[in-house]
Order: sequence, then structure tokens, then C-alpha cells
Amino acid sequence: MTSDDHHSHDHTEPPDSLTLKVKALESLLIEKGLVSEKTLDALIETYEHKVGPRNGAQVVAKAWTDPEFKAWLLKDANGAIASLGFTGRQGEHMRVVENSDKVHNLVVCTLCSCYPWPVLGLPPVWYKSAPYRARAVRDPRGVLAEFGTQLDGDIQIEVWDSTAEMRYLVLPQRPKGTEGWSEEKLAEVVTRNSMIGVEKVHIPSDDPSVDGEVS
Amino acid sequence: MRGSHDLGGLDGLGSISPEPESSEPVFHADWEKRIFALMLAVGFLGQWNLDESRHARERQSSDDYLCHSYYENWWVGLKTLLLEKGLVSEEEFDSGQMQSDASSLGLSALQVDDVAQLLLKGGSVEMETEKQPCFKVNDQVRIRQEVTAGHTRIPSYVRGRVGIIERHHGAHVFADRNALGRREAEHLYSIRFSSREIWADKTREDATFGVRVDLWEPHLHPV
Repeated sequence: MTSDDHHSHDHTEPPDSLTLKVKALESLLIEKGLVSEKTLDALIETYEHKVGPRNGAQVVAKAWTDPEFKAWLLKDANGAIASLGFTGRQGEHMRVVENSDKVHNLVVCTLCSCYPWPVLGLPPVWYKSAPYRARAVRDPRGVLAEFGTQLDGDIQIEVWDSTAEMRYLVLPQRPKGTEGWSEEKLAEVVTRNSMIGVEKVHIPSDDPSVDGEVS
Repeated sequence: MRGSHDLGGLDGLGSISPEPESSEPVFHADWEKRIFALMLAVGFLGQWNLDESRHARERQSSDDYLCHSYYENWWVGLKTLLLEKGLVSEEEFDSGQMQSDASSLGLSALQVDDVAQLLLKGGSVEMETEKQPCFKVNDQVRIRQEVTAGHTRIPSYVRGRVGIIERHHGAHVFADRNALGRREAEHLYSIRFSSREIWADKTREDATFGVRVDLWEPHLHPV
């Protein structure tokens, strides 16, 4: 705790009580031997820096460049994803759903915050927010519009509500203008939001190799 | 009763206002990190399962659940579980002073060297069962209307609605009973609904969409 926490507050302003309560509980649980501080740090480090959407981007880029891998991924997501080294908690039962010219998939958990951790890490605040959870199953086009995503009227939207322990990952469409790109370069343009289904994958507009619009 | 967490289709909650992906941190405050890690680390003691921890968060009043940030709800859940399972006493919570340690509870903390392996392993909920599935792909099913006490994974927006079984996932731990500490297998299905079935006349025909939910056999009636 810094000296700031102790001294700089005007006493008309209450301390951040939850911060203090969490610290007090952590100290108590460490003293009781129920948790270890190093373990807590390792858990945070894992999901803050190691397990995140770059994993999913690798999966998507490989699916875009390797038809056999893509077929495997759509049939047996856990097997295919594990072959890249991504397994574990909150991804024990994964399924990949593919976007096409006809179908656009969107993933939500209306009851809590279920999300495929091994490939996407921890969910963003908006995914866990009440408005997203409420509206994704009621007005998905309106939700997509809030993310700046417009779909043609004839595209069928399919919403996946993660109500059990199945975890869903969207395989977005590969953008036009990326022919001949390496897997590594493709992975760089795959966004987390595209793998949840609220956005499409775009090539950054400042990429010199791009000419013209992407789909 | 509709739980405070059961948000699908609720009106009037405002805009989503997402932070830009490129600048959003994984955690927004140090205390969020600590609650996250505490929940996982204490969870690995095996004193409760995932559905019990969900239920602990869901039992708050709607006002509290919706006013709290995500990790504030985790805080409420963690505190509830620690007290109910007897890992921490009210006196310890209030005073911050230890009365009994882990060994007296027959427990020992997850060690840092085991973290990576445990996270990579995860915990499968697929189970073997003698029971034969009652439904098959393309069957029509109506979602159970009657509301029971306790935790359920039926979102209220599909109650009483008819959907089509699109996939049989096999038998999984049945969440509703798991929340009571009973690990039992039930067949799990992916069920597709048309938005017109769920939202009746509220959706224009040219704006229909599909919604999938995963539900267990006790949630389903044949049509």
C-alpha cells in the first residue's frame, strides 16, 4: 500500500472500501493457508499476459490457410485447437461456428459470462455487461450496429447463447485482399471481436498492400 | 422466479458502449485481479463447483446484481461461498483475524508450481451414462415452462417455446443439480429457435434470426 492510500485523502471522501476489503480478505486467506500469494500472482499473470485472443487468432489464421485443419476444427474443435497447444479451463468443450456469405454467427452468455478462455482469454467488459446480454438474443442487428457492423439484409444471423459448458468461437470470413498472406500476417488482422461475432475482420486501412474495399 | 442474472431479452438497459478492443485492459483495477485470482485459487480447494459459484452470485437482489460491476458480483459470490462452506467465519471476515487455519479444515493451498498444469487440464463435464437419450436431431421440443426453486440454466426467454434439436452433445454434468452439489449426468442438446417463435410478433419477418441454447433433457418436453 502506498503512502497515498493513507494520507492524501480528504476525510470527507471515503476510502475505496472494496479495495481495502479485498486486501483484507486476501491477507486472511493467505494467513489461513487457503491460498498462496505466488499462486494468485501466477493466475493473474496467466490471464493478463499469456492466454488471450492471440491464441484464437492463430486458430483462425490456420483455418484460413489449411483446409484440412479447418475441416478438423469445424468437426472436432477441441482436437484441432489442442494441436496448437491451447487447452484447458473454460474451453473443455469448444465448438467453432463458421461465418459465410449467407450466415453470420454471434456468441453471448445471457446468464453469466461464459466464454472460451483458452482461445480468447477473459471476456471484455461489454461482453459481460447487462445491455449486451439482454440484447444479443433480442436485437442482434442493433447490437452489431453498435459495433459498426452492417450486414446485408439477406444474411442470416445465428446467435449462440452459452447456457451450458459448451464454448463457442466464431470463425470469421477471411477478408478479400489477403490472398497469398502468410498465416502469421493473417493472424495479426484477426480481432477478438470478430471471433465473438460482433465484427468482421478488416484489413487495416493503412496497410500498403491493400487496394480497395474489403468485404 | 426470474433470477437477477437472467437477462436475455430484457429492455431498457441502455447501450453497450464497448471500449475499443485495442485499448481495453484485461483488468481495470488491481482489486479486480485479486478477486479473480482469489476466486480461482479458492475454487481449486474443491469445496464447491462452478454451478454453486454461479448460484452464489445469482442469489443477490436484482438491484444489487445490476448495480454491481462484474467483479463486484464475484466478490459477493466469493464471500457467500467462503461463509456458507465454513472456510471463513463471520468473525474472521469482520475482524480480519484468523481463528482457524487450513489444516484444521483438512485443506492445503494450491501451489504455484501446479497452476499451469491445472489450468491447461481444465475440468471436463462430459460423463458416462447408462441412460439413452430421449431425443434425436430434428426432434421438436418445448422448453419446460414450470419454474423450480434454485439454480437453473434455462434462460426465461425460451421457457414454453418450441425449438428443434440440432445436435446431441452427449451426457454432461447437469448444472441445475450440480448447483446443489450433486454431480449427475443428463443428455445435453443444442436447440435452435427462430426469433419469431421466441419474440412472437415483435420481430419483422425480414429480420428473423436463429437463437441456439444448450439445454439438458430434464429441461425439455417432447412436442
